[in-house]
Amino acid sequence: MLGTALIVFREVLEAALIIGIVAAATRGIAGRWPRLLAGVGLGLAGSCAVAFGAEAISGLADGMGQELFNAGVLFTAVAMLAWHNLWMARHGRELAASARAVGQDVREGRREMGVLAIVVALAVLREGSETVLFLYGVSLGGRASAGTMLAGGAVGLAGGVLVGWLLYAGLLRIPLQWFFRATSALVLLLAAGMAAQGARFLIQADLLPQLASPAWDTSAFVSDDSAIGTLLHGLVGYEAQPAGMQVVFFALVAVGLAAGMAWTARRDRTVAAA
Amino acid sequence: MKRLALAALLLALAAPVLAADEVRLVIENHRFSPDRVEVPAGRKVKLVVENRDATPEEFESHSLKREKVIPGKSTAVISIGPLKAGEYKFFGEFHEKTAQGVVVAR
Repeated sequence: MLGTALIVFREVLEAALIIGIVAAATRGIAGRWPRLLAGVGLGLAGSCAVAFGAEAISGLADGMGQELFNAGVLFTAVAMLAWHNLWMARHGRELAASARAVGQDVREGRREMGVLAIVVALAVLREGSETVLFLYGVSLGGRASAGTMLAGGAVGLAGGVLVGWLLYAGLLRIPLQWFFRATSALVLLLAAGMAAQGARFLIQADLLPQLASPAWDTSAFVSDDSAIGTLLHGLVGYEAQPAGMQVVFFALVAVGLAAGMAWTARRDRTVAAA
Repeated sequence: MKRLALAALLLALAAPVLAADEVRLVIENHRFSPDRVEVPAGRKVKLVVENRDATPEEFESHSLKREKVIPGKSTAVISIGPLKAGEYKFFGEFHEKTAQGVVVAR
């Protein structure tokens, strides 16, 4: 049971961290909870579909279907997170100004939430499909009874959700004047880390060169399977031995998005002043 | 006849090189066999992993930077490298206790 709990926890954790950040980053936007929940539901349904079709997906693109699928999911999430941060660069000040703000323009708030619901759905989809496959394997193995398996799964799920909620609750304690700057920074790092993971799948599919590999090795300080390593992996895509190409993707998204946010904020200020 | 012999000789020389670029692995009873795989350093190599178990497995390696789900009773190709000389651990994430192996690049 413990083994099951641990694996489920690890998979749930990554999705929970993403949901924790997204939930915090959308503070004050109208209609966020129903949409975040819808994202989770959609992701769960998708997980079962992907797990069920795992063999078919694997067989696509000369056996590289899984890599392309994972890269596609990750880069879509990167695009959505980038969109969110650019939106935030424009509206963050309004939201911070009126803590209770229901997101000034309800319609715009809804579209923004729709985009982030997709991010949540993709996060759940990616981690969830692996969990479903794993639990399916355990149930086939016949060593554990259904009850033990469910108990392990539930413990792992609860643990993952707890960490995600702690992150969310912790973020909410940040004073409002810095709040959206902090969540935007987290979203930016999250997006850059996902891009690095996406690059890894394209390397695995032989579509990208790995460049220097590894670019560096920090496994002596923070190894990939340590608690901190796992947490950092979920938050910023940390890997102890990243390929050079992954570093390039991380830097491109981080710098590109930061520049885009600065530009959007400045343009809005100039327009407001004129 | 001479030409044929020459061709056969060339083939015999080339065969180990070709074979080295593709390594076959089997997952059975949640174990890799062989669990120690030697590959040439500095070259791309394809791991052809056949999962003979009915349960899915996830081939994962931090140092090789690879993760791939291999459904039950199916075969997956995982391209790795070019690697520097050294040892690279891999494992099956769904059965980490038993499914362990190492790629040795030299």
